[in-house]
Amino acid sequence: MTPLVFTLITFAASIVAGFLGSLLGIGGGIIVVPVLTLLLHIDIRYAIGASIVSVIATSSGAAAAYVREHMTNLRVAMLLEIGTTTGALTGAFVAGKIHSRWLYVIFGVMMGYSAIMMFRKYHDPNAPVPPDRLADRLRLHGSFYDEAEHRRIDYRVTHTYLGLALMYLAGLVSGLLGIGSGALKVPAMDLAMRMPIKTSTATSNFMIGVTAAASAGVYFARGDIDPFIAAPVAAGVLLGATGGSRLLARMQSHVIRGLFVVVLLWISVEMLWKGLK
Amino acid sequence: MTQPLQPDASAIGGVEIAISLILRIGVVASLSIVVLGTMLSFVYHHDYFSSHDELHRLTSPPADFPRTATQIWQGVRHGQGEAIIMAGLLLLLATPVLRVAVSILAFIYEKDGIFVMITSIVLALLLLSFVLGRVTGG
Repeated sequence: MTPLVFTLITFAASIVAGFLGSLLGIGGGIIVVPVLTLLLHIDIRYAIGASIVSVIATSSGAAAAYVREHMTNLRVAMLLEIGTTTGALTGAFVAGKIHSRWLYVIFGVMMGYSAIMMFRKYHDPNAPVPPDRLADRLRLHGSFYDEAEHRRIDYRVTHTYLGLALMYLAGLVSGLLGIGSGALKVPAMDLAMRMPIKTSTATSNFMIGVTAAASAGVYFARGDIDPFIAAPVAAGVLLGATGGSRLLARMQSHVIRGLFVVVLLWISVEMLWKGLK
Repeated sequence: MTQPLQPDASAIGGVEIAISLILRIGVVASLSIVVLGTMLSFVYHHDYFSSHDELHRLTSPPADFPRTATQIWQGVRHGQGEAIIMAGLLLLLATPVLRVAVSILAFIYEKDGIFVMITSIVLALLLLSFVLGRVTGG
């Protein structure tokens, strides 16, 4: 394979990764890493470096549009970032001190459970939301215009403390295992905090950039970010994410939920496989 | 406290505009720089279009590419494709951090004390992780 062909294949795969990642609030590593390692035979070290670039590109590429359209709940995102960054810091500290094997199993089970719960909510979108004084005080509730339903959706946020705790866990996992940060953030907002699925994915998309930036410096200094690999990834993901961000408001919520459940199940199986094999 | 308790999405309009703008600038600038760097590296190395060995050299550890600030700066001054890509990637990686910093300013402007504090904590944690990352990972 020539460098030109490599660049074009990576660029094309990255557009898909950015597109899917921006819609589902995940980093796109689930596409970028297997394409680079299995298809293009790139060393896992460089593939992970490229996947960190992919997470930040997905986040920044889509967030400009999501923030303007109120799809991202900025106040929720800013608050929860305290949880994710603290978790990521803890993860970096305890990394190597615990067996990652068990972590893969624990979080694989947790993600599988979330996927099932999110699938069940698929049939029951309008359950009453319990009041939460912290959410009232910090004015976390929000609204956005849903182009698929042609109406403004006002929603209330609840269980803020639980959300913060779950974000700590999500940050911890991404700090320890380097993957799956968005895969835990979306269910936390959707299931625990009762946010609409579109705002959950858009808000997760907003947050993953900051979580990844916290560890990106380390990867960069270590020399894990190869410019020749990361360049087509960054360019493709940025374009794909910009495209995806134009589409989210127009897509039906149940399609987003369905797609997310499938991807979450996939990640869950992958993690269980890594832990149990 | 006289803060309203009802949902109020328009209350952070200024913050949203500021964040959206900084993200857009970061994305467009880093994308242009990365694309420029990629094109330059292909222009300078015609064998990238045909050679099958070049790819291995470029993408297998230990691949030789600029990674420290001085190396990148030197490379950029000489118009070296890989160094320009690295500069663009650095800008991309810095965008989320800039975004947090800008939102602190925007919340100060909006006189939203609690969120000035919350975003400042996030920025402090981010900077702390950079410092710790240098110690433990560097």
